Amino acid sequence: MKRKNWLNVLLVILVAGLFLTVSCAKQGTVTSETAVKSAPATDDAAAKAKAEAERLAAEKAAKEKAAKIAAARKAFENEDIHFDYDSSELTAAAKTLLKDKAAWLNENATAAVTVEGHCDERGTTEYNLALGERRATSVKAYLVDLGIAAARMNTVSYGEEKPVDTGKTELAYSMNRRAHFAIK
Amino acid sequence: MKKIILQGFYSVLILGCFWIPVCHSVTYINISNPLLKKSPVAVTDFKAMSGSAEEITHGKTAVQILTEALNFTGYLQTMDPVAFLANPSQSGIQLSEINFRDWKGIGADYLITGGVLTESPGNVKFELRFFDSINSKLLVGKVYTGSETQIRKMMHMFCSEIAFILTGKYGVFNTEMAFVSTVDGNKEIFTCDFDGQNIKQITFHKTISLSPSWSSDGKWLAYVSYAKGKPDIYIKNLLENRGAIVNLKGMNISPDWMPGQLKLAGALSFSGDQEIYLLTANGEVIKRLTDSLGIDVSPKFSPDGQKIAFTSKRTGTPQIFIQDIDSGSVKRLTFNGLNNTSPAWSPDGRKIAYVGIEKNAINIFVMSIDSGVPVQLTADSGDNEDPVWSPDGSMLAFTSTREGGVPRIFVMNASGTDQRRLLNMSGKQTQPDWSISDSTREGM
Repeated sequence: MKRKNWLNVLLVILVAGLFLTVSCAKQGTVTSETAVKSAPATDDAAAKAKAEAERLAAEKAAKEKAAKIAAARKAFENEDIHFDYDSSELTAAAKTLLKDKAAWLNENATAAVTVEGHCDERGTTEYNLALGERRATSVKAYLVDLGIAAARMNTVSYGEEKPVDTGKTELAYSMNRRAHFAIK
Repeated sequence: MKKIILQGFYSVLILGCFWIPVCHSVTYINISNPLLKKSPVAVTDFKAMSGSAEEITHGKTAVQILTEALNFTGYLQTMDPVAFLANPSQSGIQLSEINFRDWKGIGADYLITGGVLTESPGNVKFELRFFDSINSKLLVGKVYTGSETQIRKMMHMFCSEIAFILTGKYGVFNTEMAFVSTVDGNKEIFTCDFDGQNIKQITFHKTISLSPSWSSDGKWLAYVSYAKGKPDIYIKNLLENRGAIVNLKGMNISPDWMPGQLKLAGALSFSGDQEIYLLTANGEVIKRLTDSLGIDVSPKFSPDGQKIAFTSKRTGTPQIFIQDIDSGSVKRLTFNGLNNTSPAWSPDGRKIAYVGIEKNAINIFVMSIDSGVPVQLTADSGDNEDPVWSPDGSMLAFTSTREGGVPRIFVMNASGTDQRRLLNMSGKQTQPDWSISDSTREGM
């Protein structure tokens, strides 16, 4: 009988120990969960909003930067270098614009471009092909002088084949006398 | 391809063909005379030799073709048949059967009679005579036999005979034109007969193709195309479908074949400066012809192949220069105006047609090389560019925007008269080049 009682006690201890162990384990898990959650929970909504704002600001900045890059790229491609009638010499305005082109090319060191030479429709097809080539090469030569690697630029003349304005006005002619940049 | 059989009537006529041109080539018509009055010619209905309906139909077709071709010349004018007092298709088509007073009386300087015979199905024989009605004389008589699909060709061969008798040259009837036309926004090279018929598309690059140039035998065509992204010269044998491409660094443009040789000139910029080079038909550089900083472009050989006329900006504005190929000596040709380009050498070697721009008016001029005096051929009629001579020198083809501002191909007599549109096709046409047809390419 005595021995049976002792066994019973032992069993109780064991069972209790079992419970204890379980409860211990359970308690540990809960504690750690609480700990994790407690950090943001303490600063709460304000911090959350701040983080979101920061994220949005970063996103906006990135977007703006991308837009700026895209705009710069667009301007690089869309702003043509214009020439006087029957001339392939660079005007002061052309040189100013070409400095912007050089800046863009320096910022985008991997970009390679085609410089297209164009003419107004006056003059014959073949002469204008020759004149268009001279316009493209004089643009390329100026950029090389500004430090842009010649290997990044090739030239092609379209003569009078691709007018931007098909009108027969002095304005149309002056718009068509151009060097145009195309990014490859 | 069926060959057209050509034969003289009888020995007397064959003899006639030989001695008449020698005797009369200068007497009849001088085509370079700018005050030339057109001679009236009566083209009469053809006689159906066996009376068949087929013969009557072929005869009508032939008369129509003959009439149109003769009117294309700058020196003949066919008469309205309403005025005719006789009908050789009934009364007889031979010399002895014609009362020339009937023709002199209505003012016909010349008379054409014809007989048509269908010997076998699909084959047709024409017996054609060209008379001087003032002197009651047969000038040329020919018999042509061929397929009924070749009636046009046969009539044009007879027109060539007439032209030779009257002018000492075979005329434009056996010639073709190459030109540029837009197709779906691209520019492609086309060819057509002298009268704008038989239009054929030659290139299908679907990009910009320009500046077609025939070899003098009509077998080769050189042109410029952007097929590889920049202007290069393409050299194409039309018969054998072979050729070459000149795609050196820079641009390779304005090809022109050397007369009688398989060599061409072109403006290339691989050296960094645009210069004119002599090339083989394989596209290899033989030698550099010009040596001056600045634009040198649009070479055109003299008919003897010894010189080139070209456009150069060496004196500050685009002007036309002539250079001797062997010696290299250069002389400036144009001094009037600030923009003279696109020279074309006349087949007799004495004149240069070119484009002059004055106050935005773009016109065609012609200048005698000896006198240096420019004569303006077009005025107040849109932009006029790309002059080219017919192989016989009697006419010029050119591009004009006079009809609705759209560039089209026109022709005129060498003196500037009878300016009229050649082609009736959609799109924009430019840059004609004119050559003798290559007979081996017929029926292609």
